Amino acid sequence: MKIHAVDRQGKEHTLEGRDGWSVMEILRDGGLDIAAECGGACACATCHVYINDGWFEKLPTPSEAEIDMLDMALAVEPNSRLSCQVICSDATDGIKVTVAPE
Amino acid sequence: MTAAPIETRPAEGGAIETDVAIIGAGPIGLFAVFELGLLDLKCHLIDILDRPGGQCTELYPEKPIYDIPGLPIVTGQELTNKLMEQIKPFNAQFHFSEMATSLEKQADGRWKLKTDAGTELISHVVVVAAGAGSFQPKRPPVPGIETFENAGDGIGVHYAVRKMETFRGKNILIAGGGDSALDWVINLAPLAKSVTLVHHRDGFRAAAHSVNQMRELEKEGKVKFYVASVKAIHGEPGKMTGVTLAGHDKSEWHHETDTFLPFFGLTIKLGPIAEFGINLNENLIPVDTARFESQTPGIFAIGDINSYTGKLKLILSGFHEAALMAQAAFHIARPNEKLRFQYTTSSSNLQKKLGVS
Ligand SMILES: Cc1cc2nc3c(=O)[nH]c(=O)nc-3n(C[C@H](O)[C@H](O)[C@H](O)COP(=O)(O)OP(=O)(O)OC[C@H]3O[C@@H](n4cnc5c(N)ncnc54)[C@H](O)[C@@H]3O)c2cc1C
Ligand code: FES
Repeated sequence: MKIHAVDRQGKEHTLEGRDGWSVMEILRDGGLDIAAECGGACACATCHVYINDGWFEKLPTPSEAEIDMLDMALAVEPNSRLSCQVICSDATDGIKVTVAPE
Repeated sequence: MTAAPIETRPAEGGAIETDVAIIGAGPIGLFAVFELGLLDLKCHLIDILDRPGGQCTELYPEKPIYDIPGLPIVTGQELTNKLMEQIKPFNAQFHFSEMATSLEKQADGRWKLKTDAGTELISHVVVVAAGAGSFQPKRPPVPGIETFENAGDGIGVHYAVRKMETFRGKNILIAGGGDSALDWVINLAPLAKSVTLVHHRDGFRAAAHSVNQMRELEKEGKVKFYVASVKAIHGEPGKMTGVTLAGHDKSEWHHETDTFLPFFGLTIKLGPIAEFGINLNENLIPVDTARFESQTPGIFAIGDINSYTGKLKLILSGFHEAALMAQAAFHIARPNEKLRFQYTTSSSNLQKKLGVS
């Protein structure tokens, strides 16, 4: 189960996802610079990523709480998500994400 | 909130003398007051937030914590309230909404800690309980935005409104969709020349009644709202003339404004502690595990800010660190006194301090 992630310097990383873990956790453990200050509690919006290449539409729709919290993120685009709320599974194998600026 | 914090200002022109200056009023800074208080050490605390609790109240006030010994379930706010109640007998002084900005050693061996509000604390011991650093406003990723900060009253970029009057007659641009953004749209509209709100969507996390009020003002033509974001700021440093706004469809347009107020909440930045001359390793302060003292004698570090082999960033670990730190701090603040180990259950002396006997 792969995650293709582009960091803030534009470098692409291919990381191994883990079933049931959030994309934020995989990015953080993979050494990408992502603050995730609230540790995945959907309370800080510092785990903001863009979901690329048609993957946005394939994900389950974000919860009301996530949509609200995205209001506290910077540079939000229509394909923005909070990576702590995107959960790895077989269905996300190969997902492409870009870490948003801070 | 149960316990109202006491705020103090420095005596006219004078520094405040105390035993211990604590940077950070998160759960660990608060419990340090208790442990130091049992040893008769008086504390002043500084926090950039306007209330106690650190991460507990800023990031998860309503969420339950399950691993505080003896409290099977307690929310971030409740734990903070209980700590405030527990330390009440020691009458610590709080300096809220102030950033600790500099630290120097005085000739007499004590420390002088200064804040951005002009407070000066002189103490025997400094305890850094700064968590992951200070909570600071999120700065939008607009090139050169920092050159428009601190431009002066009512002009340039501001992350807070201190005096509404300074915005009278100004063209104001506000960004964000939370309570702060909407509250300031509503409050500044009557006195501004114009108020424009930009947000990434036509929906807001702010309280419904604020949203309704904003929509009302929009209908009356008193507020303009665009689904857009700020892409560029124009003018010279200190003198903003306008911004470029961009919609999701990539359309861009110029918008004239005197001031830009982004409200995207807070983020944690290490902040001025990095310049205090304390040895840091990856933004953490290495300490020994007997005293929790930094490599600079007299400066202690407890809670999330410190590092040592086996460190866990848990509230429970921070409480333990505070207890051991207090013992070591005592010997620095009271070099000629003997420390007596006592239990709160059985010592009438301690109970007197706690106001229970
Ligand atoms: C969502 C979430 C859930 C958590 N759940 C748990 C849990 O279940 N159990 C658990 O044990 N832990 C939990 N934690 C971790 C716990 O909150 C932290 O370990 C704890 O808050 C650390 O306390 P602290 O006092 O060291 O620092 P903080 O709480 O970070 O407080 C530090 C304070 O210092 C201030 N400060 C820093 N520098 C300056 C300066 N220069 N000037 C002025 N002020 C300054 C900051 O503004 C801040 O208020 C959780 C954390 C999060 C985010
Ligand atoms: S880590 Fe805080 S919202 Fe995702």
